Order: sequence, then structure tokens, then C-alpha cells
Amino acid sequence: MSEKPKLHYFNGRGRMESIRWLLAAAAVGFELGCYFFLSLDGALLFQQVPMVEIDGMKMVQTRAILSYIAGKYNLYEKDLKERAWIDMYVEGVRDLMDLIRVHHKLSPQEQQKNLALIGEKAATRYFPVYEKILKDHKDDFLVGNQLTWADVQLIEAILTVEEKVPTILSEFPLLQAFKARVSSIATIKKFLQPGSQRKLPTDEKAVAFTNRIFNRR
Amino acid sequence: MSEKPRLIYFNGRGRMESVRWLLAAARVEFEEIFLDTREQYVKLIKDGSLMFQQVPLVEIDGMKMVQTRAILSYIAGKYNLYGKDLKERAFIDMYVEGITDLMHMILMFPFSPPEAKEKNLALITERATHRYFPVFEKALKQHGQDFLVGNQVSWADIQLMEVILAVEEKTPAVLSAFPQLQAFKTRMSNMPAIKKFLQPGSPRKPPPDDHYVSTVLKVLAEE
Repeated sequence: MSEKPKLHYFNGRGRMESIRWLLAAAAVGFELGCYFFLSLDGALLFQQVPMVEIDGMKMVQTRAILSYIAGKYNLYEKDLKERAWIDMYVEGVRDLMDLIRVHHKLSPQEQQKNLALIGEKAATRYFPVYEKILKDHKDDFLVGNQLTWADVQLIEAILTVEEKVPTILSEFPLLQAFKARVSSIATIKKFLQPGSQRKLPTDEKAVAFTNRIFNRR
Repeated sequence: MSEKPRLIYFNGRGRMESVRWLLAAARVEFEEIFLDTREQYVKLIKDGSLMFQQVPLVEIDGMKMVQTRAILSYIAGKYNLYGKDLKERAFIDMYVEGITDLMHMILMFPFSPPEAKEKNLALITERATHRYFPVFEKALKQHGQDFLVGNQVSWADIQLMEVILAVEEKTPAVLSAFPQLQAFKTRMSNMPAIKKFLQPGSPRKPPPDDHYVSTVLKVLAEE
């Protein structure tokens, strides 16, 4: 009998959110581990979270975890070249998500600048790429005409950027259609409903709590 | 007839060095085009060659590949350096990601302001000695095999070798408390493909200097 994966992290989005998305898309239920992770001494390979207990492993490093989940639950192509495209698309999205992930840690002044940067990069560097991909092959999904890790990562990014820049998709009709289509996939629809394991946008309380755990100012 | 992969980057280590290491270890010959001017870079963007307007760019098997991890992952998969099943891949990925975090500190070091360099150097040494090297020392000790994962050479071993040498350039005695890693380094150095890569005249690039830093800043037109 296989156990549910157990996720060890703070009670917030951070680096773990992409993992929650991917497990949810694959319809894999998961449990929450203790996020007072100091007590996990020795269980954290590089002394860092996220950590996911899965299939007898204590996995760390977000990309490694996502890659394993994608491979296991058929969200990663078998063909090496199709994998390569998924990897490139995922890495691009992650660069954009990194700008958002650190946003709440910045001072109000820096946040203003960062917001402009997020909007600019999304609109000129990243979203045009995915709009073009969808336009060129006219399929429903980014790679191989089936839902993959790249699609899940992209929908997460779209929704997360929209929280900060609500009109960001105004120039991208195919991404709008993509967003509607992927949101209505049963597993993802469920994840987007209240009461799911999806976390709220990071707020001040979560930041203060994290700082206390790390003994940071 | 299959063509050689073509690497487009600055004439220095940076993010492309890991790709050079991996191709060399897999005994794959490659060509290089060096970015010396902003005009070259702008042209690549205008031609649509750079998916996210960034280098590294590797032209391989008909693809214009960007994003270092995607490139390395493809090469590892193609040349049998990625383990034999999903779990071995998982360990290779975890090790590679940890090493990449350390390599990133080294990569950014030449671009840090002079007043921060001493602190950054100390941090590199501290992280290597307390966070990263102990993990690989322990892994090698526990299974007693020559390589990190699955008893055969993988991307993780190549990446570890690269980072050991890179840290040693900054802190020569960094392996003094790590006998397994010392033996690992010797073993890896003696593998024919790696031995060749470590010799003068190979595609291996020297440590970054001021000229490299100013070229990167000029080409990317960053402050």
C-alpha cells in the first residue's frame, strides 16, 4: 500500500506551492508534515526545505521534487526532445515566478519597482513565448498534445501574476483560452476551489512568522 | 550525419562551463561561438534564437536550447549520464541542484562589489565545508562505490568534480577534512575524457578575470 507524500514546509506558498499544484493536477493526495522543521535535523539533505517524503525518499530541492513527480505521474514526456521543451518552458516560468516569490520580502518602495518588473517581464519576455507556442501548433497544451508539467507551471504563473497585475493577459488571447481550458480540467478545477490545499498569497503575518522561525529581523 | 553541438556564450566559464564539462565527459566534440560585442547579442535576439532573450544557447539536434538546466538535462539523458530509473534520477537531480546552489555563489562572485568579496568568499568556503561537501562525503562513504549514484558515472559526479576544482581555486585546502572526496577527485581526474578536459588546449575555460566581467556587462548592457 503506498503512502501519501508528506510535504514539509511553512504554511504558505513559497517554493512548495508549485509542488502542491503538480500533485493536485496529478490527483495525488498529500499530507502536511511538521513545519517546525528544526526538529527534522538530519532529515534535510542541505538543511533546507521544501522537503517531501515520497516513495521512501526524503526529497529536497524543488526542481528535483517536481521532476520526480512529473516523471512518476505521467506529466513528463518519455521522448527526450519533448522533455527538453518541457524543461525549457518550465525553467522560463520559474524565472518569472522567482520575481513574485520574493515580492513580499521587499520594502514597500522596492515592491513598487518589483511590481513593474514583474509586469514588464511577464508581458515582454515570458508570456509572448507561450502565446506563440500555442499559436504555432494550435494544440490545447504546450507539448505533445497532452497535459504536462509545463502546462501546470504556466497556469500557476498566469494566476499568480494576475493577482499582482490583473490585466496581464489582455494582449494574449491564446493564453486567455489556455487559462480557461486548463482551469476547467477536473483536478485543477478542484484545486482552485476554496478548501483545497492551495495556499493564499503570502502576507505579512506569514512573513513575520517565518522570520521568527529563522531568527531573522 | 549528425552535426556537432554548438555553444554560444561569452569566452569564459559562467553558466556554460557545466555544459562544456558534461559534453567533454560524454566525449562529445562541440563548437563554440563567443559573444564579444553587444551587436552579436542583439542580433541573436532579433533572429529569435534566444527563447527568453538569454544565453547560454546550445544548438543541438536541430533545437536551439536555452536554460542551463534544460540543456544539461538533455545532454545527461542523451549520453546515459542520468541513472537508470526514476529514483536514481531523483538522487542525481537532488545532488546536482545542491551543487548548482554552490556553483551559483562562485559564478556570481566576480560580479560582486569589491567590499563584499571577502564576505562572499568566506560564505562560499563555509557552505562548501558545512553544507555541501559533507553530504557527498557521506554518500560515498555509505555505499563505498566509486560514483555518487547507481555505481556508474553520472551528471552528478561530473558536476561535483567541477565544483570541487572551482572551490579549490579559491580555498586550496578545502578538501582537507574530506578523504572520500579526495579519492573521488583523484579517480575522476584519471578518467580519460576528464583527464583530457583538464589538459591545456581543451575547451575548459580559465577562472573569470576582469576582462571577462567587463565583456559580460558590456554585452548584456548592465550597470
